[in-house]
Amino acid sequence: MKIPKSALTLLSPLVFLLLWQLASAYANSPALPTPSAVALIVWQAMLTGELGYHLGVTLLRLLASFSIAMPLGSAIGIILGRNKALDAFFDNWLIIFLNIPALVTIILCYVWFGLAESAAILAVVINKLPNVVVTLREGARALDQDLLDMAQSYRFSIRKQLVHVIWPQLHPFIMSATRSGLALTWKIILIVELLGRSNGIGYQLHLFFQMFDVASILAYTIAFVTVIQALEWAVLKPLERNQTKWRR
Amino acid sequence: MGGIKTSGKKPDQMAALKAGGHPELKLTTHNQAMPLQNISISITSKTYPAAGQSGQKQAIADFQLTLKADEYVCLVGPSGCGKTTLLNIIAGLDTAYDGAISAGQGAKVPKIGYVFQNPRLLPWRTVRENLELVLDKNQSPAELDGLIAAMQLTASQHVYPERLSLGMSRRVAILRAFAINPDLLLMDEPFVSLDAPTARQARELLLKLWEQRQHTVLFVTHDLREAITLADRLIFLSPAPMRIVQDIVVPIPRTERQDEAAIENFRLGLKVNCPELNALL
Repeated sequence: MKIPKSALTLLSPLVFLLLWQLASAYANSPALPTPSAVALIVWQAMLTGELGYHLGVTLLRLLASFSIAMPLGSAIGIILGRNKALDAFFDNWLIIFLNIPALVTIILCYVWFGLAESAAILAVVINKLPNVVVTLREGARALDQDLLDMAQSYRFSIRKQLVHVIWPQLHPFIMSATRSGLALTWKIILIVELLGRSNGIGYQLHLFFQMFDVASILAYTIAFVTVIQALEWAVLKPLERNQTKWRR
Repeated sequence: MGGIKTSGKKPDQMAALKAGGHPELKLTTHNQAMPLQNISISITSKTYPAAGQSGQKQAIADFQLTLKADEYVCLVGPSGCGKTTLLNIIAGLDTAYDGAISAGQGAKVPKIGYVFQNPRLLPWRTVRENLELVLDKNQSPAELDGLIAAMQLTASQHVYPERLSLGMSRRVAILRAFAINPDLLLMDEPFVSLDAPTARQARELLLKLWEQRQHTVLFVTHDLREAITLADRLIFLSPAPMRIVQDIVVPIPRTERQDEAAIENFRLGLKVNCPELNALL
């Protein structure tokens, strides 16, 4: 018997919900609420506007830190990928920044710059930046010298080179940095909010933790994951399809 | 005929002597407003770091060549002798050398159409977009239509290069070089690794285009028959460090270049008259 692929994709979340339902029925404890209880809380929090507010605040922080870290990290990565001397010099710095725990940068940013919005964004940017730099550096190193030579011998302007020769080659690396970046960034933002903000999903989770309100913790988690997944489907996937249509 | 010392007599004078004629500038239809101009290539030395740690390896030594306007010159030499290095220098991609490349009276840098050994088309742009990208601001994309038709690419102009066969990609690359109306066309073995019929077809299309548009061409090959079929003049090169060994005019009229017997005769004649070339062929 062969099950069609679409049926499998439909079946898998149902099985997941069923297992969750069975487990919570068996445990019969507030530490593991049933799916329906969680869904109810999502619905209520949406009606009061509380979920929307905190979700919105967190997404704004995501947008702000992302739109700083991506262009800045890409620029640095491309420069390091094309300049051996600078790369040799900054390579160690990069390794240090890659390995500093997120928690340390967050604490230091709050200590040095105060419990302010800008310190929160800065902490996220510092955490995200090295990943973008490393990915784009790989991309810049992998640029096809044959095509760059071609562009030079046909006297392409800088703009023409960027748009038609360099960008299409870097695009997969930018997409990859965006993907991994999105996942990394929102996880860090939650910690930033938990430690030093008075709104956002992370702050709410902190509250619920103090009250051992597992149902609400799950409700906010599910809401947020859904939004991130929607971004993936609505924005990232179409962007990728559009850029790879030349491939066989 | 003896070997030519590149210092002393100019190669083009020697070429004229050998042809026993006067290879004057062609006064046939020339569709450009630009005056006809010679291009002179003078490379006193080109070195690159040796594979081992120590020292420099000489790639080109004392290379002097003047290309007359609209002349089709083939460089023939063993592989690895530095032909691609030479083309990269002329194209301005390699600037670490002693010497100068100039066109005309002034030291104007010639506009160059370069056909690389591999086609080097942008895979994410269609054939037509690839061609439009190289045009000057004052050129109209409509100019391309005639060229595309001449190269028999009209039906494939809107596909991505990955869909093309190697032979077609090569034709696009040649077309791209012609499209910019260059002062000098550089071609680096553009028909290598094509099967014989495909290569022959591409050669014929190239010649047709060249006869219509008339550009100065510097064509690298290691295939002597191909060189004789295409060239006004053959330049034989030594293994590295590269020097000019012989500079020979091909007297076969353009109308008789399809005749394989004539090409073969000339080739055999070369082998008999210039025994020093045998080591290179």
